Amino acid sequence: MGIGLNHYLALAAIVFTIGVAGIILNHKNIIIILMSVELILLSVNINLVAFSSYSGDLTGQAFALFILTVAAAEAAIGLAILVAYYRNRHSIAVEDINSLKG
Amino acid sequence: MQADAWFFWIFAIVLAVSAFAVIIARNPVHSVLFLILSFVCAAGLFLLMGAEFLAMILVVVYVGAVAVLFLFVVMLLDVDFARLRQGFVEYLPQGLLIALIVAIELIYVVSGLGPSGRAAAAATPEGTLANTAALGEVLYTRYFYFFQAAGMILLTAMIGAIVLTLHHKPGVRRQDVGAQVGRPDSVEVRKVASRAGI
Repeated sequence: MGIGLNHYLALAAIVFTIGVAGIILNHKNIIIILMSVELILLSVNINLVAFSSYSGDLTGQAFALFILTVAAAEAAIGLAILVAYYRNRHSIAVEDINSLKG
Repeated sequence: MQADAWFFWIFAIVLAVSAFAVIIARNPVHSVLFLILSFVCAAGLFLLMGAEFLAMILVVVYVGAVAVLFLFVVMLLDVDFARLRQGFVEYLPQGLLIALIVAIELIYVVSGLGPSGRAAAAATPEGTLANTAALGEVLYTRYFYFFQAAGMILLTAMIGAIVLTLHHKPGVRRQDVGAQVGRPDSVEVRKVASRAGI
């Protein structure tokens, strides 16, 4: 049985699902939430590269490169905010981050 | 089965299992390590699909920078991770339900795509160019402005991360070159007589 586009898309769907489940299950731990977001972006990249590869068009890979860029920037800024928050409040529990809540 | 099919199944299964381990691991350090494993597997899949440049970028940028950043932050912050896991079991049913629904929908859509053709060999339209060179030709011509915008995003992220995390602890004596040089009696201009010394 050859490996086709569907296999890659199904795998990306599974990884996306795992990422969504990770956000829900670890809703108190913001570090795991950030990692789940990384997993979701990874699955999107698998989708883009699979379509790019199977249609012979490099646009998908260029787009995947931009997604990698944005994901790296997001991880850097998210973790910087986390460090700054921890320095001020000595906690990173999501339920403690409610200062803006009326 | 052909070799590429074997490699696909190996990478796919390890990717799915390690992604699952990321979200259920008790220790966040293990989560980060499983995240690294899943990135490496995804890089292998990219290689199978002929996207060599993205595979290398994934290993260098993600495994080398982002995952290490995660590891650094997890180890830097002294957090009680047991408390953060409290709602895990109680949210398990809802989480699995939503995950199941999303998975069924996505795989239903994917399976309805019709017959999947064999890979068009490599993703290079010209066929003769290597993947990296072909990607560069697309990136530096058609998507040049987007490429510049990506650079600006990275610059913004860098400056933002530095501004957010840099702080000077009060009470630490630091060298202030401007104040040193600006003292009234520290630097003066003297007229020195020739062969006489000061």
